[in-house]
Amino acid sequence: MVTTLDRLDGPDRLRRRRSRPRLADTSFRYLTGAAAWLMIALLAGTTAFLVDKAWPSLRQYGIFGSLSSSRWAPSEAATSKGNPYGILQFVYGTVLTSFIGMLIAVPAAVAIALVVTDVAPRRMRRPLSWLIDLLAAIPSVVYGFWGIFALIPALKPVVTDVNDTLGKVPVIGKVFAGPFFGLSYFTAGLILAIMVLPIITAICREVFATAPVSEKEAALALGATKWEMLRLAVLPRSRSGIVGAAILGFGRAIGETIAVTMVIGNSVLTISTSIFGQGATMPSVIANEFNEATEPFHLDSLFVVGLWLLVLALIVNVIGKIIVSRSGEHIA
Amino acid sequence: MPRIGRTSSITTVLAALVIVGTLSACGSTGGGDSGGGPTGSAAAPKSGGGASFDTAACNTTSGVTPGFSNGVATVAGATKSLSGAGSTFAAPAYSVWTKAYASTGSQVAYQSIGSGGGVAQIQAKTVDFGDSDTPMSDAELKAAKGGPILHVPLLVGSVVPAYHLSGIGSGLKFTGDVLGKIYAGAITKWNDPELTKLNPGVKLPDEPIAVAHRSDGSGTTGIWTTYLTKESPTWVSKLGGKATSEGKEVAWPVGIGGKGNEGVSGVVNQTEGALGYLELQYALAQNTTFGQVQNADKSAYVQPCLSTDTAAANQAHFPADLRGDLTDEPGKDSYPITGTTYALVYQNQTDKGKAAALVNFFSWVLTKGQDLNHQVNYSPLGAPLQKLAMAQLSKITVNGTPVAG
Repeated sequence: MVTTLDRLDGPDRLRRRRSRPRLADTSFRYLTGAAAWLMIALLAGTTAFLVDKAWPSLRQYGIFGSLSSSRWAPSEAATSKGNPYGILQFVYGTVLTSFIGMLIAVPAAVAIALVVTDVAPRRMRRPLSWLIDLLAAIPSVVYGFWGIFALIPALKPVVTDVNDTLGKVPVIGKVFAGPFFGLSYFTAGLILAIMVLPIITAICREVFATAPVSEKEAALALGATKWEMLRLAVLPRSRSGIVGAAILGFGRAIGETIAVTMVIGNSVLTISTSIFGQGATMPSVIANEFNEATEPFHLDSLFVVGLWLLVLALIVNVIGKIIVSRSGEHIA
Repeated sequence: MPRIGRTSSITTVLAALVIVGTLSACGSTGGGDSGGGPTGSAAAPKSGGGASFDTAACNTTSGVTPGFSNGVATVAGATKSLSGAGSTFAAPAYSVWTKAYASTGSQVAYQSIGSGGGVAQIQAKTVDFGDSDTPMSDAELKAAKGGPILHVPLLVGSVVPAYHLSGIGSGLKFTGDVLGKIYAGAITKWNDPELTKLNPGVKLPDEPIAVAHRSDGSGTTGIWTTYLTKESPTWVSKLGGKATSEGKEVAWPVGIGGKGNEGVSGVVNQTEGALGYLELQYALAQNTTFGQVQNADKSAYVQPCLSTDTAAANQAHFPADLRGDLTDEPGKDSYPITGTTYALVYQNQTDKGKAAALVNFFSWVLTKGQDLNHQVNYSPLGAPLQKLAMAQLSKITVNGTPVAG
């Protein structure tokens, strides 16, 4: 393919540029280059800062010391010999709430994206996707409010029924046991599902749009129904794209702070086996405690939580990016 | 082009409809669940279901505006501005004080960043005064850059057991031991014999108690846990001894954490069967139902209010450096879960103008300012404690010379 650009960059043009380097070109190159390097420096700087601030606690309790316990009791720091700053329960809470969120959001996002790209009448598609994007414009703290005042009262009767039925079953009953007070891992997961819906839907939309029209038309020409066409021509090609979208959404969910803090119940001492129990996440404990972190190594240990959160988020996002970039050339 | 214009206007209308629909749904759900909503003046807690207050002690307002006379003459040469930071518990009072004090021509800027922040900032000398609800520990005092720090108590406030039980109003009776057992997880149901025994005539439901506490470090927690530690052996043993059973932050064995007073009041107001602890003014402002607590003498149940807080403040006994607490003060009408907030000031000031401004401001707060406390539902200091607080101010020196006359 020969484009206008290719022609302009021919030998004549290049020679002219070399002989008379324009100020605009040079400054543009340096400016954009500086911006790119600044981003890298920011990430490295943030990491270095976290390590530096967390260092006293890491030195006192060991690099992996905080990952060996699930008990967070700053008030015991002055007297106890072991590490009172265990963070396993926060890792658990972070992963569990995000996982619940994905379990709900991914199927919903796939369905919405299919509707937007292939099912809905053409003139409804743009407004529909705009409405979904609008969800992303709602501030996090408003989601928290909505969770407390609208979602929890609505959930209560339903979840109480679940407590009384599934919760009574041996073995898996532990996961669904009551009592349900409203603030719980499950509630937080539900809120996260709504919050990550826009990003997952947006990526799925892009992924589905890359399915070749010729294959879709071929399927329809062979007599496939619309659902069969989607199943044969769109979904199989999009599988890794959907997985990537889910992981990026997961990456977004693990860092969500204030909405989760408002509805998770902030229990920092143990891991609750029931998804209807109270817990805490890594961001929520930082938001809760940094203001009054006065015990020995307290603030330092909150930085340790932040450091591990950064590590978790980096891992999840890198995996997500790799999968998404493999799924199609046009999306990254 | 016109087509696109039409589509986007349709979208806007759709979006608006959705938003309005969602908001009205929220409104109705929230209102329906809050169990009645506002039922009258904030100062009159709602009663019902067999629970009520014996309000005799609270119907009087004597002592609420003590009218202390100014014992220290205004020091000349004071700077026109001061900065302070600390307790959120005391923030409403500071806002009333600083507003009224501005009429004397001096500005006092107070940042409510939490007691821990107040201690950290005065240690680092980044503010002229700090404020904390719990006294500084010896270790904290040692880490202060500017030498010895004076504790100046400024007001009296109380912490109340607040709950949410449909059909039951304010006035359930509690003892410190029962509250300790609930917070230790030893009592888990509302119809536990220990609770029904205290509340004959009230039909307590067969429901689990949703225990609510602060998730952030807080002076309110400090007052509450100090009281539980004094009254409940169960609480102390569950928390592993007195060293860890009281403080701004403890390892809560059970319960739901809410961030800030508003977080706890949110949990209590939204959760059927919840029990939490709130500052009196928050409970009143949110129209939350709350209980009465047995006094230290075990002779009566006391409703928390301005006059019972004042009664407790009048009984206060403090060590020489005033690093004490106000819980469990004797006297029939003394509400037992009361506390104060301390201004933290360096004894040896380096700037003469700042030192004068500090003395002027706090001597005003301790005299005229005390008459304003009731506006935000705090009580004034009792006369004995006020005298001790004023004495702290006269210890402030600049290069060894006392500032106040």
